[in-house]
Amino acid sequence: MIATTSAASLIAFGKRHRAALAIAVLLVFPWLMPYEALAVNILVLGLYAVGFNLLFGYTGLLSFGHAAFLGSGAYGCGIALVHFGVPWFGSILIGVLLSAFFAAIMGFLAIRTRGIYFAMVTLALSQCVYYLFYQAVNLTGGENGLRGINLSEIGILGFSVNFLNPTTKYYVILAFVAFALWLFSRLLASPFGAVLEAIRENESRARACGYDVARVKFIAFVISGAFCGLAGALKALHLSIVPIETLHYLTSGQVVMMALLGGMNTFFGPFVGAAAFLLLEDMLTTMTSHWQLVLGAVFVIFVLFFPKGIWGSALAWMVRK
Amino acid sequence: MSGLTLDLLLLQVVTGVALGSVFVLLAIGLSLIFGMLTIVNFAHGAFYMVGAYMGVFLYGLTKNFWICLVLVPLAVGSIGLVVERFLIRPLYGRNIDDPLLLTFGLGYVFIETIRILFGLNGIPFSTPAGLRGAVDIGIGHFPLYRLFLIGATGVLVLGLWLFIEKTKFGLIIRAGARDPEILKVLGIDVSKIWLLVFGMGTGIAGLSGILAAPLQAVTPEMGIPVLAEAFVVTVVGGMGSLIGAVTAGLMVGIVVAMTSLFMPEMAKVSIFLLMALVLLVRPQGLFGRAGLMG
Repeated sequence: MIATTSAASLIAFGKRHRAALAIAVLLVFPWLMPYEALAVNILVLGLYAVGFNLLFGYTGLLSFGHAAFLGSGAYGCGIALVHFGVPWFGSILIGVLLSAFFAAIMGFLAIRTRGIYFAMVTLALSQCVYYLFYQAVNLTGGENGLRGINLSEIGILGFSVNFLNPTTKYYVILAFVAFALWLFSRLLASPFGAVLEAIRENESRARACGYDVARVKFIAFVISGAFCGLAGALKALHLSIVPIETLHYLTSGQVVMMALLGGMNTFFGPFVGAAAFLLLEDMLTTMTSHWQLVLGAVFVIFVLFFPKGIWGSALAWMVRK
Repeated sequence: MSGLTLDLLLLQVVTGVALGSVFVLLAIGLSLIFGMLTIVNFAHGAFYMVGAYMGVFLYGLTKNFWICLVLVPLAVGSIGLVVERFLIRPLYGRNIDDPLLLTFGLGYVFIETIRILFGLNGIPFSTPAGLRGAVDIGIGHFPLYRLFLIGATGVLVLGLWLFIEKTKFGLIIRAGARDPEILKVLGIDVSKIWLLVFGMGTGIAGLSGILAAPLQAVTPEMGIPVLAEAFVVTVVGGMGSLIGAVTAGLMVGIVVAMTSLFMPEMAKVSIFLLMALVLLVRPQGLFGRAGLMG
């Protein structure tokens, strides 16, 4: 009895301070990973999955087009830096705005459809974004990707920081991710967040309660796109290039895999999913060039037997105890 | 545009119809499965790719394209049967997104398995002996294989339509798409019908793969862009509608052929713009029932 209460209160505590706890874990994270570049990857793709989870986990809308937002964020940031010489901070902002712009167009069209139709339409529209960036060779480098993002020294509040040092790079990127997580947590705790979950549970009832469901979905789509755009911009700075694969259908699929592996509709699940995905990839690539076979099979097994994902199943287990 | 004549324009329309035939084939497989099982098969492109490889393999063994045209859909359909029975059946009654996610993961498995068996590089698939060259169709010369493609698609669509409209089994399929509960009450084993429809849909995907193979190189990734295009066709035509799949497939083919003639740089994007336009006016597609969208 006492054990149950303390477990329940622990979970309640965890829920209240979820952003702070997540950031605390991420602060010590680089020391838990085999190498720091992998930690940065997990950080960036974890944020990508968090943004995706707003739509899939919390609103119940399965999008297969989120590569368009990761990609336009990355290209927006990279193009601003390389072709227009915008300072790094402003470039990140441009990346986020560009992905929000694409999210507004795609969202406007996609929310007119429902259910599995939505997944098909988002996939098709993101394919369109892929071709747009692919063909604008002068700006994007086309098939070769965007190169020349050389960020060695960055100025933060008057200080010059060495961005080539992996540890420094991790913490600079973490600052952005931490801010995003705090914002995300506030958003979910707000009345708006409650409406999102109401739509996921029962769309007709949410409509009957007087909420403008289409508008809420649209706003959620744009916010989700902007979060993924931030992840894309940070990814561009981290990798120094933007490969065209960033916009590929499989990149959209990757984030679906991460969210499901980690656990949908949980706050920290996307990071667990991104970590599981990338660690698995890192481990398997040293063993076989056909690691995607294992990845696909693991994903199929998760859909069949663990639809709550790693973190979601762990949380459910803790609640039962 | 000095060389633009009416004949050239008409010839481009026929090219569009041939291209549209592939879209029609892809979309009817997808639509059949969706209309009956309300599952979007995200591995449809992968089944198409497996069909093309199965064609390469069986053509090597038999040296006869016509035998392959029969064997490939049977073989790919059999894979579909196994997939439905052991992977998709446990998901009925669960979240509607689950079969979609599962088939997405399955696509990865198929692509990687093909890479292991046939290597990473593409394999050329030459046009079968009797179907090479071009024939005069009154407005100019047109590749014979593409004419064959149009004809084969026509025969398949007609056959499928007769099967669904005129046979007892087709009646059961139509009834099942509307209300599986009543079918169960009438003592029909619905799970067997679903199994068979999934097998048919994937078999048609395999057939589209081998039919499209002579038009392009056969690669492990060939199903990926095709999946997005098949989705556009189903969205434009309306999910679960056979007439919709045929109309939209031909429409998309002609739009692509026309934009490649006048604005080549827009050819890839044009079909997505068409979809956007249809979504604005009729979100349920040209022949879709609004109720099916949920």
